[in-house]
Amino acid sequence: MKLAYWMYAGPAHIGTLRVASSFKNVHAIMHAPLGDDYFNVMRSMSERERDFTPVTASVVDRHVLARGSQEKVINNISRKDEEQRPDLIVLTPTCTSSILQEDLQNFVDRASLSSESDVILADVNYHRVNELQAADRTLEQIIRFHLDRARKRSILDRSVTNTPSANIIGIFTLGFHNQHDCRELKRLPGESGIAVNQVIPEGGYLKDLRDLPRAWFNIVPYREVGLMTATFSENEYGMPYISITPMGISNTADFIAQIGKLVNVWASALSGKRLNYKLYVDNQTKFVSQAAWFSKSIDCQNLAGKEAAIFGDATHAASITKILVKEMGIRVSCSGTYCKHDAERFNEQVQGLCSEILVTEDHTEVGDTIARIEPSVIFGTQMERHIGKRIDIPCGVISSPVHIQNSPLGYRPFLGYEGTNQIADLIYNSFNLGMEDHSPDVFGGHDTKGISTKSLSTDRNDINWTPEAESEPNRIPGFVRGKTKKNTETFAKGNNISEITIDVTYAAKEKSSP
Amino acid sequence: MKTFDIPTFECETGNYHTFCPISCVAWLYQKIEDSFFLVVGTKTRGYFLQNAPGVMIFAEPRYAMAESEEGDISAQLNDQKELERICLRVKNDRNPSVIIWIGTCTTEIIKMDSEGIAPKMEKQLGIPIVVARANGLDHAFTQGEDTVLAAMTHRCPEFNPRIMNQQKRDTAKPVVVDVSPSNKFSDKKHELNRCSLVLFGSLPSSVASQSNLELKRQSISVSGWLPSQKYNELPALGEGVYVCGVNPFLSRTATASTRRRKCQLVGAPFPIGPDGTRAWIEKICSVFDVKPNGLEERENQIWKILSDYLKIIMGKSVFFMGDNLLEISIARFLIRCGMVVYEVGIPYMDRRYQAAELLLLQHTCRKMKKPMPRIVEKPDNYSQVQRMHELQPDLAITGMAHANPLEARDINTKWSVEFTFAQIHGSVNARDALELVTRPLRRRGESVSDCRSLSRQTLHV
Repeated sequence: MKLAYWMYAGPAHIGTLRVASSFKNVHAIMHAPLGDDYFNVMRSMSERERDFTPVTASVVDRHVLARGSQEKVINNISRKDEEQRPDLIVLTPTCTSSILQEDLQNFVDRASLSSESDVILADVNYHRVNELQAADRTLEQIIRFHLDRARKRSILDRSVTNTPSANIIGIFTLGFHNQHDCRELKRLPGESGIAVNQVIPEGGYLKDLRDLPRAWFNIVPYREVGLMTATFSENEYGMPYISITPMGISNTADFIAQIGKLVNVWASALSGKRLNYKLYVDNQTKFVSQAAWFSKSIDCQNLAGKEAAIFGDATHAASITKILVKEMGIRVSCSGTYCKHDAERFNEQVQGLCSEILVTEDHTEVGDTIARIEPSVIFGTQMERHIGKRIDIPCGVISSPVHIQNSPLGYRPFLGYEGTNQIADLIYNSFNLGMEDHSPDVFGGHDTKGISTKSLSTDRNDINWTPEAESEPNRIPGFVRGKTKKNTETFAKGNNISEITIDVTYAAKEKSSP
Repeated sequence: MKTFDIPTFECETGNYHTFCPISCVAWLYQKIEDSFFLVVGTKTRGYFLQNAPGVMIFAEPRYAMAESEEGDISAQLNDQKELERICLRVKNDRNPSVIIWIGTCTTEIIKMDSEGIAPKMEKQLGIPIVVARANGLDHAFTQGEDTVLAAMTHRCPEFNPRIMNQQKRDTAKPVVVDVSPSNKFSDKKHELNRCSLVLFGSLPSSVASQSNLELKRQSISVSGWLPSQKYNELPALGEGVYVCGVNPFLSRTATASTRRRKCQLVGAPFPIGPDGTRAWIEKICSVFDVKPNGLEERENQIWKILSDYLKIIMGKSVFFMGDNLLEISIARFLIRCGMVVYEVGIPYMDRRYQAAELLLLQHTCRKMKKPMPRIVEKPDNYSQVQRMHELQPDLAITGMAHANPLEARDINTKWSVEFTFAQIHGSVNARDALELVTRPLRRRGESVSDCRSLSRQTLHV
């Protein structure tokens, strides 16, 4: 047993549900007790989803505990099949079903005999994998299921498209800025003449999956989800994939270079033409993205050598670390991730960019580390934002787990050239707020003028402040200023002093301090 | 007990959305100041607590998960040793006066003997350990509080009428805020009665003292609340103690205090809305043989204050999907306000504990000449949504899973969860309750766009 207050990645079934509910017309049935369907709340609230989340529970209650689910799961599957005619029903095990060890596969086999919809059992082990790994696995499972079947029925179209095209894999619900990233990702290859074949799972219909292998290559923007599907397609269908995250200028350039390389292998064979992306990258970097200019501008000079701490999922934490260090000259004292399963690769990515690497799922460890190194800014998850609040360090949120405020309505991609602009804003604003916060302390507060025109004390008519004395309370932190002034006045009255000079203020201070 | 015929009691499939009962820790840890809640279970539950009570987690709450791992499930690790290690850490870090173990589905399924382990560990640690099984196998949402309070009834000191006065001073003072003015008088009266009144149900302390005050106006003094603000201020229970619930979901607590602690239950409607509050006080008065004084004027006065809200909701229809067991009381209040209630979904209906409330519902329907709503136990959300499409109610009171999708389909919604966290008890708070109910109706001006439904699904079809 483990004492835990908070977790970065959720339990496995959340990952499965995120993938299943991202596809169109796919329904997930959880084998779970009452109250475990809070995924619907998360999706409906955080994503402001306007449609009913296609997730229901086959409720495990006392009767199930005593006699087993028996026909219950099968009935629930058939019922959903009749009510909504989904293309696929995903039976989702939870921790409860993993402890009960019911033969869910058997239910699935029996239910699929009678139902119009396809039925599969999500192959995730509650104890072994977390939310992200489960999502990765479920996505691969669904794709594999459909491609294998299409191949058996020989309706699989294996001819590649005439013009270059790509699949984008791993965009899904409750992902950090995924919707915006997706729009940006469609644009990025699109502008260089590459069509998007399919985006999965978000908004995809299963019947279209058989066209998946028609793309020239796959794009996996996030390391956490999609890699398994990409490897599967590579092994089975010989589709290459790009797993560079186009976040930040240099990563985006690498990403495009990689596209160029992949496309040119085929393009020269197909049309004899070679595509050159260098000019495109140059133009984008100079004119679309402001980030390159920004990092040269004197604004960014001020940030040089400032210290930051970074924590998040592997994709975002590694990319932001790279951006801060290589593109903005900011020192990263600590970079970390909660994706323990991807630790090796993360180490490799941020090696040499930061002084400390932290791989942990324990938020108190992250908090302690941040408190110890006292960076001038934090980039992390909502948890780090709260740590920052407590120790008074500004924080920019760069990764899930997220809050509703991380599902902005406005266009806020993190990927591509527009993404570089957004990230630059985020970084600069976090720092800027930090500076603003500190300079008032140094100079004695924002309202150095205001205090001489309006007074907090009510009976100031009888007492006169000399200008020098007047300025004295301004050096005191704002929240005790009023009180100090009042104390001084009381002191003056008590000693029959009609004019408060600077000496009087000191005398009063002496009297009041023990 | 009177039997009465309510023709429309139905029971559906129980396929509905509600919160897991462990959510009760989110409000109970704030209510019982010196407690620590330890939820024993898997990540699934922890993730729920983290996502449902939202940001409260960041304020260093006095609750945590004892997260079961694979070794715990397969009994490779010893439950007792594991819990001991964790509780010791909690004791050292937080030094609570009581640790409350919340059993979950996991502990039920693996049949962890929490009730057996607790007394042993209690002795070892020197801290009382209360075990409450608030799991989704048996309970829904607010019933979690019921399991905790039922477990706490066993920890209440024994009631002894002779030393009652002294005890009263110990137990009741911190709860009863303005105890000073008529204290002597009520003490005397209690001596005459040789009886004591304990109210159960966790309410914010301001609402609790408002209720105390309302009863004091009738010269009835409340000798304690379950739960109390501090664990060691639990009220005395025993023969000669009258208990009365303030919330409709506390049937186990009622049973435990009557059967195990020999208290007498005052079966009253619940003090929600001015009508409910009045009926509640009247019932308590009748038990203590006190003639209620000025209640009718007070109720009328409150209704007058509510008139602006009443104008908004008069004649409008409402549909309760059902997830927190407050439904019957709120429906009764809203019918009295002039609304038409189509359906009252409710997770679980204890007809004995809620008898008085049901009776009041019937009277209210007759009085207001409104149809009796159908009461659906263990509702089926899918069927309910179909019914709602047919009925097109002006307002649906529903959980957060359905609120946004219903709004997109042009049905006004109010999140039911807010009723459990807002202050809705007593005459004073009737306005707050209506504030919640009317909010979606007041917000609705002209339609934002021409399309009736903003759902994506229907646009595609």
